[in-house]
Formats: sequence, C-alpha cells, structure tokens
Amino acid sequence: MPQKIEMPQRPADQRTKDFEEVTTGYSEKEAVAEAARCIQCKAPQCVKGCPVNIDIPGFIKHIAGKNYEESIKVLKDKNNLPAVCGRVCPQENQCEKMCILGKKGEAIGIGYLERFASDWANKNLDLVKPNITSNSIKVAVVGSGPAGLTCAGDLAKAGYEVTVFESLHDIGGVLRYGIPEFRLPINVLDKEIDFLKSLGIKFVLNCLIGRTKSVEDLRKEGFKAVFVGTGAGLPVFLNVEGENLNHIYSANEFLVRVNLMRAFAFPEYDTPIYKGKNVAVIGGGNTAMDSARTAIRLGAASVKLIYRRTETEMPARVEESHHAKEEGVEFVTLTNPVKFLGDEKGFVKAIECVKMKLTEPDESGRRKPVKIENSNFVIETDLVVLALGLNPNPILPSLTQGLETDSHGYIIVDDNLMTRVPGIFAGGDIVGGDTVIQAMGMGKKAAKSMESYLKQQPLESA
Amino acid sequence: MFKIISKEVMAHNVKSYVISAPDIAKNAKAGQFVMVRIDDKGERVPLTIAGTDIEKGSIRIIFQEAGKTTKHLGRLGEGDFIKDILGPLGIPTEIKKYGTVAAIAGGVGTAEVLPVINYLRAEGNKIITIIGARNKDLILLENEIKQNSDELIITTDDGSKGVKGFVTTALEDLIKKGVKIDMVYAIGPVPMMRSVSKLTKEYSIPAFVSLNPIMVDGTGMCGACRVTVDGRTRFACVEGPEFDAHKVDWDELISRLALFKELEKLSDDKFTKERNECFEDNPECKCHRK
Repeated sequence: MPQKIEMPQRPADQRTKDFEEVTTGYSEKEAVAEAARCIQCKAPQCVKGCPVNIDIPGFIKHIAGKNYEESIKVLKDKNNLPAVCGRVCPQENQCEKMCILGKKGEAIGIGYLERFASDWANKNLDLVKPNITSNSIKVAVVGSGPAGLTCAGDLAKAGYEVTVFESLHDIGGVLRYGIPEFRLPINVLDKEIDFLKSLGIKFVLNCLIGRTKSVEDLRKEGFKAVFVGTGAGLPVFLNVEGENLNHIYSANEFLVRVNLMRAFAFPEYDTPIYKGKNVAVIGGGNTAMDSARTAIRLGAASVKLIYRRTETEMPARVEESHHAKEEGVEFVTLTNPVKFLGDEKGFVKAIECVKMKLTEPDESGRRKPVKIENSNFVIETDLVVLALGLNPNPILPSLTQGLETDSHGYIIVDDNLMTRVPGIFAGGDIVGGDTVIQAMGMGKKAAKSMESYLKQQPLESA
Repeated sequence: MFKIISKEVMAHNVKSYVISAPDIAKNAKAGQFVMVRIDDKGERVPLTIAGTDIEKGSIRIIFQEAGKTTKHLGRLGEGDFIKDILGPLGIPTEIKKYGTVAAIAGGVGTAEVLPVINYLRAEGNKIITIIGARNKDLILLENEIKQNSDELIITTDDGSKGVKGFVTTALEDLIKKGVKIDMVYAIGPVPMMRSVSKLTKEYSIPAFVSLNPIMVDGTGMCGACRVTVDGRTRFACVEGPEFDAHKVDWDELISRLALFKELEKLSDDKFTKERNECFEDNPECKCHRK
C-alpha cells in the first residue's frame, strides 16, 4: 500500500513573516495519487464519521479519475463550505479516523482531497448556480458563522427565501474573526460566501437580533421560521488577581483585532494592537495555537504557550500544535497561572504560575491537573492572551421570550434542534457545539427540521 | 451604509449628526449606544445615542473630536455615508420613579444625558440637571436641557457662566442646602464621574454612571470593555454601560482607557499630516468640507 502523500507546506522561517497560508495544497499529480489509494469500500465507514454525510468515496473516485468538476458537485451536494472544511475540519477525529486504511497504515487524506477539489473548482469554474425553484417562503437565519451559513445554504437550495442577519460588519462569524488567514485565507472564505449569495441568500449586516430587531419583529416581517446560530459569545477568564491589567487580552479580542479589523496593518487600518515582545498564551486548544502563531507573525521575540495539562491532553489538532512548534512557540505544560503582576502604570509584566501534576481522569476523560504546593514561579511577559474557551452568547436568548437556556446558557433544543418556541431552531456553539464542522452538521440538521416544520404549517400561515 | 441627514457644529470640536438608521431609531432606549465604523479601514468605536426620531427613522450622535476616528468622523458632511452602525447596544437606563434625580453631565455627556432625563421626567421624577464645562462656549444644548429639567444648574471652570467650579461643587451645595436627592446619574469624562461617585458615597446617595471603556465588537464577544464592579469583572458592552458608581474600580478604568495612548497618537498624527498634505495637493478634497 503506498503511503499517504504529505501536504506541502511553506518552511517555518518563511511563513512566520506573513499571514499567508501555511499549507499550499496538493498538486494535481499528488491529489490523483492520493485519491488512487482509496479502496472504495462498499460500506464506507468514513461517511459515518462525517457530520454532514458527504459521499466521501464518491468525490474521491472522481479525483482519481481526474474528473474534478464531478468531484466538486458531489462535495457541494452535502457541504456548502468544502474549501473551509478541507482546511479546518479535524478529519483525524472524524472521517479519517473511520477510514479502513488507517487500521493498518495511514488513512486517506480526505481533508486534503476535499481542499484540492474545492480549490480547483474555485480556480477553474465559474459559479454554477444550481436550479432552484423558489417557494416564496421567507426564513431567517441569525448569525453568519458555520452553522448559519450551512443552514442558509441548504434552505436556499430547497427553495426557501433566506435572509441571514449578522451583527458584525462582515460575513462568516468565527471563520472570519477567529480563524487566522494563515489557516483559512479570506479569499477562500469569500468564494464560499459568493456561492451562497448565488443561491439567492440575502445578507443583512450590522443587525443584532435581540437589540436591532427582535425575533418577534422577524415574525412580523413574514419570516415563517428562524434559525439561531449566534455562536459563542463571552470569553472565559481565569478570575485571578491582575487579570484586567493592560495588555491581557482574551483570544477573541486579540484575534478579532488582527483578523477582522486588520490591526496587523495599523496604522493603515485604524484598529491598534500591541504586538508584544515576550508573549504568553494561556490554553491548549486550536484558538490558543492560532493566538500564539499570530503573535509570532506580529513579530514577538518569544511566545510561550502555557497549559495546565500535558501535550497529550491538549484539545488542539496535532497538526496545529506541530505547526506552532515548528514556528517557534515554546510549550510550557503542567503550568497554571495564579496571578498576573503589573507595573506601576497598570501594564502586565509577569505571570505567577504554579506547577501542576496529573491525577485520575475527570468527566472529560482527561487526567485532572492539580497544583503542586509551593511550586510557584514567575514568567516574564508583556502581552498575555487568554484562550480558555467561550460561553454562549446570551443576548438573543435573554431578550427572546420563551427561548429557554440551560444552566450553562446554552439554548435548549429538542432532537430536531427546535427550541422551546415553535418555529425557532438553534444550532452551533449556542447549543453547545464545539467545532466548525459540528456547527455545520447542526446547521444542516436544523435546515431539514425547518423544512418538515414548514411543510406541516397550514398554507395561509406558511 | 448609513446616511448623514444633517450636521451641526455644537461647540469647538463638538459635532452633532442626525443619521438615517430606522431599525436602531425604532428600538433605541435611553442609555444605549451604537458601534460606529466609518469605512473599510476604520475601527469600531462606541458612541452614546443622544436622541432618536422614530418617524424620520433617524438617530442623533454627538461627539467631540479627540482622536483619529472622531476627527475623521467630524470631517464628514451632510449626505455622506457611514459604512457601519450597529445598535442599539447595552442595557437601557432603568426608568422608574426615584423621586428627585440629579442628572450630572460634562463634556459631550451633556448631549447624552438628554434622553435619560426625558424618560426619567416622563416617569414622574423631579429632575435637577447640573452641566459642567470648561467655559461658556463649551456648554451644549442649554435650551433643550432646560426644557426637560425642573431645574438647571450650569457650572464652568472659569466662572464665565453659572457657578464657578465643578459639577461636584454645585451638587454639594444642593446637598448642603438640604435638597433631598434620591438618585444621582452621571455621564461624562471619567474624572468627573469619579468625583461624583466619591461625593455621593460620602452622603450615601445612590449613584449610577455610564462608562465608556474601549470596545471592539460591542456585543460581548471580546472583553476589551471589562471593568471591575464590586470586585467582579463585568463587560460594559452587554452588562452595562451603566453601573453603580460606588462599586466601580476607577483606577483600573482610567488605566485601561490609556491602553493604546501611544498608538492612538501615532494614528492621530498620521491622519492630521495626511489631511494637511492632501489639502495642499488637492484643494477640492472632500475631507476638508466643514
């Protein structure tokens, strides 16, 4: 069995000087060779691992046969954002994990191939609008992140008149403000959005549902069903002393400034950012990696990633932590901040940390870290980024009557992703999703549920 | 895109815009703000909503030119467009019957206090408004404030109008005269709000302040606006912008507001320089319209 073909990437010393993409994508030859490794299982397990049920052997077969146009059709049948998924999905925990070839050797590079087909299409094909017959039924999608875009895409394909409401000034949610360009280039995202626009989806920016308009207003405007994909909102902080010192940022703030507001190009762009010399990033997820690698690209002399467990327990994708290390991020594991120390003007100058050790597994299955007494030590820093996760955005649920949330603030939904209010559905981080593809899976499922809900409504009101 | 319907120069460097924004106008309440981004390269800045006209579908903002963004905004004219305005944001002022309310405002806060006193007065409160300015030329909206207050006291630093001194001088006079004040509401420069907080605490009068920390998204996503209130970190954009004045960590707020001081100056200098060059090269340049 031939080995998996590696993804070509730019050398670390070159790529850390800009924000361009790290991996460069398969050449045609590489893609065809990788696709030829797929044994085209009769009962493909990989599809079961895909939250949006792409016909994986189907699209791979067309690549092996150099029929890329057919390949992208298969992908877009189920996935409205294949160029995004080919880049940011954790395939190693999903489709590729299920791949039979992985049992004895290496799984097929499904993500790499998905990216190849999408990039090929974006380069070589004009936007081909599928034939859609409008049913003139208006539906609203709140939030233009991965969940909302997927839901909107599927509903538009089914003939609904979809309007997406976004509170920020640009479309894409976390795909735009959160994931850095070196992982997901803006033009790739823009192409995916162009495709969705070609389906007839309308986008309304600068509209925070709950404040600018209420869900009730949307109903009055004739929207017959609403999907809420408002995502994760409030960043989590540690609640330790000194956390509000200057130059301590949430990862959301740090990344929003750089990605959405283009602060790396300050003062050409108006949003400032402090670039940092000795940067400390707290956390071990993909967002922590993104923050650390962004700090390197902004010119930091040293970037430490501080994590309370060991590298094995890090929630980040192996590929991301590998890239981070290649780029010079130093991992300081089994370490937890207990206090931030500031100078006389209120700027952070150091973090007091404790060493940790791992004990028995907790409810997440990961071994629980406990602090080692009297192990305190100090790490000097002038910029801290806290990448500790996010709580669901409370604005819409708290301002919409009947929309119940659980004790964590997640919107309560039934098996069909319908909330406690008939006609209002929800998915993605706002109901407890975790990854881009999970959010997309929920967006897809919600679209289906919304269709069956709308079909059950009496004609005059539907 | 949001069209500027009318522009008014209120005082030196202080401008008032009426902007077409029907959805915001319809839903805005006293004490709320908008996030404004002028163009594709602009930053997002919070500005308090100083009034709305539901019929005309417009909102009013009043701002003082202080840094690059407000100076840039100030160069726009009637008929020009602002790229992005998001709102209304923040929790509205709690409008209820307190009794006698002393509304205290300084700087552009004078414009921002107007919707608050309107609502509070409509609810049956007696409104004593105290407005402060450095001198008589910087007093904003005197007539409108007067019409919407039961009593108006003006203070100027130099004594060119009204009481010589600060707003707190006038407030303390009232208290000492035995006027029973049930609630104090303050909006304006941080040192002013801080002094009001200190004074009202001494006399055990409940006081609310409208805070103006740095914000980026304005919807609770980034935490730039975090302030410590009663020992707890709060996000001013979604949990504020109004808080119990006596519980605000003022030192922290002041320090956090100065976070980007150097970079802000750089941006401001660059803007001023470019605009000056632009003027020499191109007298037709739109950015120099009044």
